[in-house]
Amino acid sequence: MNVIVCVKQVPDPAEAKIDKETKTIVREGVTNITNPFDMYGIEEGVRIKEKNGGKVTAVSMGPPQSEKCLREAIAMGADEAILVSDRALAGSDTLVTATALAAAIDKVGDYHLIICGREAIDGDTGQTGPGIAERLGIPHVTYVQKIREISEDKMIVERMIEDGYQVIEVKLPALITVVKDINEPRIPSLRGMMKAKKANIITMNAQDLSLDPDNLGLKGSPTQVIRQFTPEIVRKGEVLEGEPTEQAAVLVSKLLQTRVV
Amino acid sequence: MEYFLTEEQEMIRDLARKIAKEKVEPVAAELDETGEFPWEILNVLAESDLCGVYIPEEYGGFGGGVLEQCLVVEELSKACSGVAVSYAASGLGSFPILLFGTEEQKQKYIPSVASGKSLAAFGLTEANAGSDAGAMETTAVKDGDHYILNGTKQWITNGGEADIYTVIAVTDKTKGSRGNSAFIVEKGTPGFTFGKKENKMGIRASTTRELIFQDCRIPKENLLGREGMGFIVAMKTLDVTRPGIAAQALGIASGALEAALNYARERRQFGQPIASFQAIQHMLADMAIQIEAARALLYSTARMIDSGAKNYSKESSMCKVLASDVAMKVTVDAVQIFGGYGYMKEYPVEKMMRDAKITQIYEGTNQIQRNIIALEMIKEAARKR
Ligand SMILES: Cc1cc2nc3c(=O)[nH]c(=O)nc-3n(C[C@H](O)[C@H](O)[C@H](O)COP(=O)(O)OP(=O)(O)OC[C@H]3O[C@@H](n4cnc5c(N)ncnc54)[C@H](O)[C@@H]3O)c2cc1C
Repeated sequence: MNVIVCVKQVPDPAEAKIDKETKTIVREGVTNITNPFDMYGIEEGVRIKEKNGGKVTAVSMGPPQSEKCLREAIAMGADEAILVSDRALAGSDTLVTATALAAAIDKVGDYHLIICGREAIDGDTGQTGPGIAERLGIPHVTYVQKIREISEDKMIVERMIEDGYQVIEVKLPALITVVKDINEPRIPSLRGMMKAKKANIITMNAQDLSLDPDNLGLKGSPTQVIRQFTPEIVRKGEVLEGEPTEQAAVLVSKLLQTRVV
Repeated sequence: MEYFLTEEQEMIRDLARKIAKEKVEPVAAELDETGEFPWEILNVLAESDLCGVYIPEEYGGFGGGVLEQCLVVEELSKACSGVAVSYAASGLGSFPILLFGTEEQKQKYIPSVASGKSLAAFGLTEANAGSDAGAMETTAVKDGDHYILNGTKQWITNGGEADIYTVIAVTDKTKGSRGNSAFIVEKGTPGFTFGKKENKMGIRASTTRELIFQDCRIPKENLLGREGMGFIVAMKTLDVTRPGIAAQALGIASGALEAALNYARERRQFGQPIASFQAIQHMLADMAIQIEAARALLYSTARMIDSGAKNYSKESSMCKVLASDVAMKVTVDAVQIFGGYGYMKEYPVEKMMRDAKITQIYEGTNQIQRNIIALEMIKEAARKR
């Protein structure tokens, strides 16, 4: 059973700041970490391998320093790692990112399952996973909280929804995105870290993946950010008058009116 | 201070730090309250390969030494010293085998300690034999291919939890300290049971119990070294493991300083952070000076042992005394900086103060350590003349 896990490097939210002028995330001078949701993906992939055999390949797209999160994946038990990196890919939106990652995954081939985190905590779109599946022409299930059963050609998963979950059977190969309820990512082992330190990270650029140079990076991305702003929060406060019992009565009727209760 | 650790040592330290932060710190207060043995954390340590950092690679370890072990103990101890000593005591129980065991004994017992599958423990102390270990009464009588053990060891860390015990017993009463021998006893051996769990002031997550031997037959292959070497086995083992106690003490002290420093910057009185008062600043400075001095002596001692020095009893005792006295002083001062809040269980420093005390007592009280240091000094001086 071969699993591919997609990982992304993101700024550590403990240090992250927003540029007051451009309203974008300041990426310089902050520590980068592996997107927390991807950690659940790595863990799940490694668990599947440990139970069923096969291998886990971690794939990331990003600047060269993204190598760090691929090494972390290897320390946790991934066998191989691929970094898709090219200056031409800078500024890519989720569509271009999904296209590039799908091309890399296609090149790896021979996979049964692709796992992504539910979303990256910097962009919060949750689009890349499904985008990859579309490009590869395979089914996908988002927000998976549990894999109930898995075999070479199908799996049964629980998909988290607002107040409960759906049970979905899906043919493999497929892609899932996972939520944090699915597992508790392990702490890497010393041997894993030693292996990760020495591991050879395969790098691929746009040319290696035969990507159309006109459809890459910022200029190849249909998503255009027109303006970013922090929405103003309009809160109205109201002070109730009268004796406590009167106030309570007014409060209850107001709550009923607004359908809070 | 920059100690120029190797890349591997930094990796070990950072991994231990991560586990301490993520897995130990959140449960430290609860473990202190319940006294529950921290198996869950020990399993994490096992899976992360940290149980074997000081064990040679041929026995499934990582091939490091005392310094590597101390780095792990120090980091764990910053979060909970009860957890740290449960980890360290496994080293105390396995060093006799590493130092004096035959190839067969090492192959049989060490790999499971290295992988963290088994814990080890060390049984020397008895009710009437503490500092005066030579007064022990537990006996081992040879009977054909076996030894028969009788007696009770007291206050044994990891008692009942460990699978492998190194136990010192009297094989020949007429020979005094040359009449003791060291044995490996496996948990589950008929005639080997455990007494009640002690209710302690500190390091409450660790387990301290009696080992009770009643006509307990163990194969003669479980003798460590030769008959009569028990005392040497114990003393040489303690020389190697005392730095671990120093690391434990150092961890408590560093944890207390960090907590006190953060608190001093936040707590406001008289309209300003208490960190702006010189009285507090000097206390913090003194804490930091003492901690760094203790760390420097500890790391130097650990490196001395790992580099193959022949005799290091004195240095090993010195680093244990310094670090444990520092831990006691620093934790008392940390409580002082916290004021009344420091006296409350909601804050971590009162636990650290309770935990610190034991480091001045076990693996030889600080009085006994000073005896060792002075005796070594006198011996050295005599040799020079
Ligand atoms: C929590 C805990 C865990 C322990 N774990 C282990 C373990 O895993 N294995 C093990 O074998 N033991 C263990 N011990 C035992 C520990 O090593 C002893 O408690 C210690 O060696 C001191 O012995 P004692 O308590 O009998 O004190 P005593 O020897 O009775 O000492 C009492 C006081 O007299 C002083 N004193 C004694 N003799 C002298 C002297 N010659 N000169 C000056 N002062 C002296 C001591 O310093 C001390 O202040 C543990 C103890 C505790 C409390």
